[in-house]
Amino acid sequence: MTSLLDVQDLSVVFRTERGALTAVNSVSFDLAAGETLAIVGESGSGKSVTALSLLGLLGEAGRIAGGSIRFDGEDITRPGAGRLREIRGNQIAMIFQEPMSSLNPVLTIGEQVAEPLRLHKGLGRAEAMAAAGDLLERVAIPDARARLADYPHHFSGGMRQRVMIAMALACQPKLIIADEPTTALDVTVQAQILELLKSLTRDLNSAMILITHDLGVVARYADRVAVMYAGRIIESAPARDLFAAPRHPYTIGLMGSTPRLASGPKARLATIPGQPPDLAALPSGCAFAPRCPHARELCLSAPPPVETDAGGRRLACYGHG
Amino acid sequence: MRDYVLRRIAVLPPTLFFASLLVFFSIRLIPGDVIDLMLAQNDVASSADRESLRAALGLDRPIWEQYFVWAGKALTGDLGSSLWQNAPVSSLLLQRLPVTLELGFLALVVSVTVGIAIGVFSAVRQDTAADYVLRSFSLLMLSIPGFWLGTLVMVFPSVWWRWSPELEFSPFFADPLGNLGHILPPAILLGLALSAVTMRMTRTMMLEVMRQDYIRTARAKGLKEGAVIFGHALRNSLIPVVTVIGLQAPLMFGGAVILEQIFALPGMGSLLLEAVFQRDYPIVSGVFLVVGLSVLVINLIVDLAYGYLDPRVRRS
Repeated sequence: MTSLLDVQDLSVVFRTERGALTAVNSVSFDLAAGETLAIVGESGSGKSVTALSLLGLLGEAGRIAGGSIRFDGEDITRPGAGRLREIRGNQIAMIFQEPMSSLNPVLTIGEQVAEPLRLHKGLGRAEAMAAAGDLLERVAIPDARARLADYPHHFSGGMRQRVMIAMALACQPKLIIADEPTTALDVTVQAQILELLKSLTRDLNSAMILITHDLGVVARYADRVAVMYAGRIIESAPARDLFAAPRHPYTIGLMGSTPRLASGPKARLATIPGQPPDLAALPSGCAFAPRCPHARELCLSAPPPVETDAGGRRLACYGHG
Repeated sequence: MRDYVLRRIAVLPPTLFFASLLVFFSIRLIPGDVIDLMLAQNDVASSADRESLRAALGLDRPIWEQYFVWAGKALTGDLGSSLWQNAPVSSLLLQRLPVTLELGFLALVVSVTVGIAIGVFSAVRQDTAADYVLRSFSLLMLSIPGFWLGTLVMVFPSVWWRWSPELEFSPFFADPLGNLGHILPPAILLGLALSAVTMRMTRTMMLEVMRQDYIRTARAKGLKEGAVIFGHALRNSLIPVVTVIGLQAPLMFGGAVILEQIFALPGMGSLLLEAVFQRDYPIVSGVFLVVGLSVLVINLIVDLAYGYLDPRVRRS
């Protein structure tokens, strides 16, 4: 099986006032066509930066410092600006976390959804607008065609995220990156949006990178999971295997700190002691070692190498026990 | 949108009423009486002569009565007659208004074009040498008084190159080139001075808008940087810029009064200045009223533009 996306040893560095900061550190993963990969981690673990770097949207302070990104057989690590624009919105589309602020307030919904079609597919104004109407219908916006002339402030958060999804799906991309697409939404709307995203990507056979900190979402929607901590992927595995038997102490801690109804009202929620490390001053060994109940002397000397087992699980841990 | 326009228009009459009060009474507060000025050369004028002249000009009536007579006529378009020349104020104004409107319009075009262009450029090239140079230039144009720069423009080219701006005024439709040759120099000076604020506002807003999430969305669609800037960012940035342009309208008239004087333009500015020196109350009130009305109309246009630029404003 050739992979659609193949990321090898990707590192992203940000210039800050306190010096260079490695937000993503030698990250490797791959993704097959139609597959859903969840990237899980807490704030600042580098999951969003990893996603933005795939589209070259790091901004002026960030840059890819090493490694490679291959998409559909093509090296897109440092493509020309023109090539990157051909890919963006066309073959790789992105859905952002904040539906309230991710749509342009002065342009109509129709104009915004039609824009990628006009840009990448060369549709005329009327054709693109008609297609935008179809797209809004597909994301189940009631009375879709009549709402093309509305502005974002006429829509609720959940409806705006549906618009963002319609916009991302417009050119039938091979890969959709959804960066915490439901974090800003009401709980009741979250499931609807994820179901919609899942069924539409299945129809289009698009691959998806789903960035989230919600393990419940991961369990339900992802084929594979990569857990990030302090800029590194510390464990990745097929979702079922990871949930059945998490191996990295951080993954285990993360799962232990998810509230469960089954544990009853009196049970205390488990937490991981300590704080995530400062990315500008990472420890020389495993970044999780200061918080790890199993840390040994070896863990403090050098970051553990990533090892792959027969089941496709990749783990960066010296092991415990 | 229709309600919005109607609400905006409904505010005009009361505003205009208060403006007319100010206009009418403020000129009469200036020390020095028109009767004194008129009789200054006449040593033998008795106080009876003074009183009869005052009565002839209608200035012996109580000031409130004078106001209502004036305001009542103004509603019918009659702004009274000049105290010195035997001419109705409205026809004097109509003669002078086109010159000032042309000067103001050209200055506005210069100020908006230069201000927005430099503002966008400076924001996109933030902290580069070009950004600093352009910002310094625009601040310089704001800081230098127009009358000083205007005098330099009048004097130095004639000393250096034996060229000076046209002093014989010709209406635009009689001699377009001669007319523009006369009006463009003061219009450019006025426009550049006004552009500084527009430019700073545009730059600040562009920098703010370019950081927004929807700009990242636009980039993620694969749009070219030019399309991101002009298609997505500029319109959002212009919302407050347009307000600033409206607020500058009074400054524009103020600058026009001075520059018309320097460049010998027969506009409302020079009419106003003469009238103030001569205490020609009806002319002063008339000019102020027209200027006041123009400022109100400009701000109405600004409010409408606001509604056009920002769909959220259209909500009632």
